[in-house]
Amino acid sequence: MSAPVSSIREPLVLGHKTYHDITENLVAPTEKAPPLSWIAIFIPAVALLGLGTFAAVWTIYGGIGTWNLNRTINWGWDITNFVWWIGIGHAGTLISAILLLFRQKWRTGVNRAAEAMTIFAVMCAGFFPIIHMGRVWNAMFIFPYPNTRGSLWVNFNSALLWDVFAISTYFTVSLLFWYTGLVPDLATIRDRAKGLRKKLYSFFALGWTGAAKHWQRWEYLSLVLAGLATPLVLSVHTIVSFDFATSMIPGWHTTIFPPYFVAGAVFSGFAMVLTLMLIARKVLHLEQYITIAHIESMNKVILTTGSIVGVAYITELFISWYSGYIYEQWAFFNRAFGVYWWSYFGMMTANVISPQFFWSKKLRRNVTFTFFLSIFINVGMWFERFVIIATTLARDFLPSSWSYYSPSWVEISLYLGTFGLFFTLFLIFVRVAPVVAIAEVKHILKSAGDQYVGENATKNH
Amino acid sequence: MKKRKDVVYGIYNDEHDLLNAVRSAKDKGMEIMDVYSPFPVHGLDPILGLKESRLHIAGFFYGLVGTLTAFLGMTWIFTKDWPIIFGGKPYWAVPSFIPITFELTVLFAAIGMTISFYVVSGMGFGVDNFILDDRISDDKFCLAFDKDEVDASAAKDFLESTNVEEIHEKVVKA
Repeated sequence: MSAPVSSIREPLVLGHKTYHDITENLVAPTEKAPPLSWIAIFIPAVALLGLGTFAAVWTIYGGIGTWNLNRTINWGWDITNFVWWIGIGHAGTLISAILLLFRQKWRTGVNRAAEAMTIFAVMCAGFFPIIHMGRVWNAMFIFPYPNTRGSLWVNFNSALLWDVFAISTYFTVSLLFWYTGLVPDLATIRDRAKGLRKKLYSFFALGWTGAAKHWQRWEYLSLVLAGLATPLVLSVHTIVSFDFATSMIPGWHTTIFPPYFVAGAVFSGFAMVLTLMLIARKVLHLEQYITIAHIESMNKVILTTGSIVGVAYITELFISWYSGYIYEQWAFFNRAFGVYWWSYFGMMTANVISPQFFWSKKLRRNVTFTFFLSIFINVGMWFERFVIIATTLARDFLPSSWSYYSPSWVEISLYLGTFGLFFTLFLIFVRVAPVVAIAEVKHILKSAGDQYVGENATKNH
Repeated sequence: MKKRKDVVYGIYNDEHDLLNAVRSAKDKGMEIMDVYSPFPVHGLDPILGLKESRLHIAGFFYGLVGTLTAFLGMTWIFTKDWPIIFGGKPYWAVPSFIPITFELTVLFAAIGMTISFYVVSGMGFGVDNFILDDRISDDKFCLAFDKDEVDASAAKDFLESTNVEEIHEKVVKA
């Protein structure tokens, strides 16, 4: 089984691990009492979730009027947050599916956490359109099912309905992919556990035995699900961009939106994976599994997608000038120098200039720098969605209805609440399941462990 | 059907030892019950003579069902059941049916394949399959013989002759 391994490839598992060490290290966080640092993050997360829940109840009780949306600006923070969270969710599938197809070994260190992040981010995203419906108790009307109203069907020609299908499919497929990958690792925990804990993990490990035929089918399933998820992940943000691109608003009605949104989604998603993983590797002591080589690889993806986003912004500006269409030209002039100029410059700085630092290998491998830049990029990508949505709507066709919008406390609380939901779920996840895919790391050990490859290799295989 | 299995199995420390043992068992024409490992061991399937999985073929048909459900469903709804004109488009607006058709194709294929995988592998929530050794999901590799298929002492002698770590016998619920 000695696959050809280049000697210049950096090892991805450090510390001369044996298979048993990998099990011990990666299962440990689920078996010990939570460290203080975990509790210190968990309490504020739950507090934010509480705040968000309160704001959600307030919205449902009082109606959307508790938000500061108005006749002109009818999409604000809610849809901005929705697109932002969906974008963040894209990195998980990209890492697990596209990098699986490309046989990138570094995915094994981060795929499990990224997939979990995807699922939680999509949950946060889905919350916003649902609460924006106002009458949330009628939310199931968006699905086409035979009903006593006709049957009155949904509009299959609407981009908003495509979104419903895209996001629910994306959530379901991500969940299946993630859970199927998790089953062998849950079995590992099960076989070490005793008493009630063993019973619980036996239930959720689905009776996994590790038989050769099961592994063969498991690998097939992962590969085909990856093959399906790859066009799916591209389609989801394409369809999200259709929400804007199929409208007739200058600044939204552009054909560049699908690729530009997909690149932006991967960009912000990787930034969020980095933010989370840099914290997780510190708190859970995973430095030997999520190495500097992993961080550098992710930073390269950020540099690539960030540059694509930068080119897209500039292309948009160029085309609006080149079109000779004065309304389009004015829409872009207004974006940069209108009432929301600060969000445009925030977006440009954070998304176009900041990733360019990663041309430097030294900075790509600097953990502190990467951490701050990843947060900066997340902020920048939020600004991007805000620029597209609020700036464009604030100056519509009729100057008499031009308006300005800033969020109410309810809208801000809902956004903070989704952070609470996201971190609460993620923190619970790291306590109950291995945050790094155990079986997959064992699988690459002999071609990526530091005793086999790299400068300090001591063994040949 | 028999309810119990009388198993003799060897535990290996390394996948190479396991592969060598499986290879020589096959050369000797011994009937192997199963091989267990903590991660997929590449190169094992051809030696064991496992046929290629047909999951992906099933996946294709599940996907096809999704395609047809979405496309024919929307066609029926918008041309027969309740035709409405949206934005001057024809009732049968094929281009705008494409996104949903694609999504349902992926959805049906993914759900169908995943369910098939668990059903044919005999797995599911709360299923209690026998585990020969708790360390198989950690760092041990296991080659198992069923005493009904292979003579017990011959199997033990064979395992002794390989680079085996431990040899055990166990009766399990089949």
